[in-house]
Amino acid sequence: MRDRAALVGAGVVVLALLPIPLSDFRTVQLATVGAYFIAILGLDVLTGHSGQISLGHGAFMAVGAYTTAILMSSHGVRDLATIPIAAGVAGGVGLLVGVPALRLSGLHLALATFGIAIAVPTVLKKFDHFTGGSAGITLFGKSTQTGHGAGVKILGEQLTNDEWLYALTWTIGVVLFLLTWWLLASRFGRSLRAVRDSEVAAAASGINRSAHKVAAFGVSAAYAGVAGSLLAINVAYVSPDTFPIQLSLSLLVGAVVGFFGSIWGAILGALLIQFLADIVGLIPHVDARQGGPTTFFFGLVLVVLMLVLPAVSKVGSRVANRGYSRAP
Amino acid sequence: MTNVLQQIVSGLASGGIYGSLALAIVLIHRSTGVVNFAQGELATLSAFICWSLMDHGWAFWPAFGATLALSFLGGVVLQQTVIRPIHGGSLVGIVILTIGLLIAVNGLDSWIWGGAAKQFHGPFSTSPISVGGVAFSKQDIGVVAVSIVAVVLIGLLFAKTKLGLGLRAAAVNPVEARLAGVRVGAMLALGWGLASALGAVAGVLAAPSLFLEPNMMQTVLLYAFAAAVLGGMDSPVGAVVGGLLIGVLLNLVGTYVHWIGGELRLATALAVILGVLLVRPVGLFGRAAVRRV
Repeated sequence: MRDRAALVGAGVVVLALLPIPLSDFRTVQLATVGAYFIAILGLDVLTGHSGQISLGHGAFMAVGAYTTAILMSSHGVRDLATIPIAAGVAGGVGLLVGVPALRLSGLHLALATFGIAIAVPTVLKKFDHFTGGSAGITLFGKSTQTGHGAGVKILGEQLTNDEWLYALTWTIGVVLFLLTWWLLASRFGRSLRAVRDSEVAAAASGINRSAHKVAAFGVSAAYAGVAGSLLAINVAYVSPDTFPIQLSLSLLVGAVVGFFGSIWGAILGALLIQFLADIVGLIPHVDARQGGPTTFFFGLVLVVLMLVLPAVSKVGSRVANRGYSRAP
Repeated sequence: MTNVLQQIVSGLASGGIYGSLALAIVLIHRSTGVVNFAQGELATLSAFICWSLMDHGWAFWPAFGATLALSFLGGVVLQQTVIRPIHGGSLVGIVILTIGLLIAVNGLDSWIWGGAAKQFHGPFSTSPISVGGVAFSKQDIGVVAVSIVAVVLIGLLFAKTKLGLGLRAAAVNPVEARLAGVRVGAMLALGWGLASALGAVAGVLAAPSLFLEPNMMQTVLLYAFAAAVLGGMDSPVGAVVGGLLIGVLLNLVGTYVHWIGGELRLATALAVILGVLLVRPVGLFGRAAVRRV
């Protein structure tokens, strides 16, 4: 326990110092990694700890991002204030999805959430008076941006806009990480794992199985909502193409890389999503500027991980989860 | 009225494509209980292989035959190398693995063939014929005919041959099938091979009208899922009927329900999937499995 607290402390110090040697470009990239990190944390809670698969977490990110974008551009709400609202709206949508999800088995839930991820961009395009259609919504230069894209002064320290976005994302990321840690070690987390490992045994112990599974969906979607909101603030632009099915699948890969359920692994997964292209570019004779090779290796990583990590390949099944049904 | 007929006819034509991909999905689901999310991408890969052979001067039919054989082999190899090792794992684990395949094959396609759409000349002419004001092409008739022939052949294979009996036995009760001398492992591999060959048929059918590019089957996959779910995940006939129904439904709804229009076709397919799964999870042609609790 103390070791882990020390690890978190060291992580925070590294995160705080990291932008100093890095270029603005890398700083912005790391801010995006922070958004992925938060979404993967949410997916860990849902799939790793409550055993429900979601192939559509990009859709919840879209809900969060559009909540932020619409509030900032049309209703004059400042960006920071939109983040909790985005969490609330996405969380609400998550609860709504969680109720029918109770009736779906693992395979059917995979099909349904995959469908949601594919359909959401087209729905966003359809309701264009609300979402700006294919053109999306630009937030750059809006008065509701903190620092108006120019920079922010905190505690007497002048930050460039990129440093500000990085600081914002990772502050929220660290807070949510600690929150997840506490949540999963609490009675709620134990109950989730009990329901996952045996619904009958959990029900016999007086755990309300439906309420816990729906709540897990809500919490997980709220995380994705925050991630989407931060992504929108970071990029200062949202469009339906920001949230393709590939995003949802990337988050799934990220969660698998993080060993599903270990919230410590979420950081690895988030880094992989952002930097795999750079790694692939190091392979001789491979042109990573074309998307194909990166996508190929991304899929390959997932296949290989599923084959070599027996615990991960048995996610959602009763017996196999014993290995990591302890608190994170 | 002519317009309604026209929408139905072109709906059937796209439905044939959804149906043949759904057939491949059902085939694997029925024999292993897994949904192969990579089915669409494997179909695209097959279509690319066929295109490359034709690009090298092969005529359509030999290229198509070679593609079928290669796809069959590829399916068997995939099952043996990637799926078999985690066969004892959870369904969700296998689903995630097939998603890895989906991503990898999609990346491979655009790595090898690039992202630009290619024109694919199929065996049937795409130039329109008009009968009583309803326009369709030989390609449209071909698609529907091929999907029906495929389901009849699959049905005959399952019902009339010893091989089909083995396939069914391995799917229903692997342990007892093994005791009775069925080579269960070989049957599962064969199931993947057959499904990949069927997927190749779907890909080659789709390529002339959709244009061949790496993401060609991405939306078709969702329609095929809707078709398979609607028909019942275990019923080959259901898959093709479901495919034709989905094709017609999407066209009619897209044309006559104005707030849905062309843009919400995917959302409509999603609504079909959710509706069927929640109301009648076994679909139109499925039989409810009785489970002892």
